[in-house]
Amino acid sequence: MASEDEIFEKVRDALVEALGVDDDEVTPEATLQGDLDAESIDFLDIVFRLEKSFDIKIERGELFPEDILTNVEYVEDGKVNDTGIAKLRERMPFADLSKFEAEPVVQNLGQQLTVKDMCNFVAYKLAA
Amino acid sequence: MRWFWIDRYTEFVSGSHAVAVKGVTLAEDHLHDHMAGYPIMPNSLVVEGMAQAGGLLVSERYDFGELVVLGKLAKAKFHSCVRNGETLTYRVRVDTIRSDGAAVSGTAHVGDRLHAEALLFFARLGDANEALQGQRLFHPRHLRHWLSLVGIFEVGVHQDGTPMKEKDYPLTECAADPA
Repeated sequence: MASEDEIFEKVRDALVEALGVDDDEVTPEATLQGDLDAESIDFLDIVFRLEKSFDIKIERGELFPEDILTNVEYVEDGKVNDTGIAKLRERMPFADLSKFEAEPVVQNLGQQLTVKDMCNFVAYKLAA
Repeated sequence: MRWFWIDRYTEFVSGSHAVAVKGVTLAEDHLHDHMAGYPIMPNSLVVEGMAQAGGLLVSERYDFGELVVLGKLAKAKFHSCVRNGETLTYRVRVDTIRSDGAAVSGTAHVGDRLHAEALLFFARLGDANEALQGQRLFHPRHLRHWLSLVGIFEVGVHQDGTPMKEKDYPLTECAADPA
């Protein structure tokens, strides 16, 4: 089982390759969309590299549950409701959602996802 | 200008790889502007050729039934200039295909000379995209025409070697399509 440092290094390498950023820009607190300028198509690239690097399978919506964020059952007036938040917590046990829950605007989730969240996701997948 | 940047497939193996060719000729208008007096195939169109060759390879895995678009070009390298009279051979290989998209590696050669290499990411837009856009972005009959022009069903095979047959793919119009 890879250590936290090993996971971080491989995640960092994947992000450097996929996003064309420098090593030192990829810190655990860096947000993928905000700080590292990742766009939606970059997530496809990142997922491919993580799958290859860690020999894991990442299903659509596993890292980023777009199906919840586009479901009228869970979203009202552009904000995720309590049922939706519970669903997100269930689907994203690796992510720190506290900031998002304070202001659960749909667009915020993607913008708040950090490198640390991604590392936690990989650790969660490796442990499964 | 018709947006065909491969002329024919010479090889097509479902879910695996394909080879397509494109002749560069003075009959192409843009060569007289790029550059004036020294025609060179623009590398942006070399990439487009690679994307078309790879895109149809990916699209076949979705039964040619959904919109597959080039989403990202990563790691494109060019090693030479391609001139009128030369023939580009695109070799594309599927690295991964998922339900939401695919990664394809491609090269472009002129004879034995490596001209370009690239990694391309395709996104599969699916039915949700039509619901969002409110209209169909392509008509199956246009795709069927294109597939016929580039000879996919003349050379295409499944991985077990059996020929790909046009009748095995939907490629049908829906009642709402205009004539």
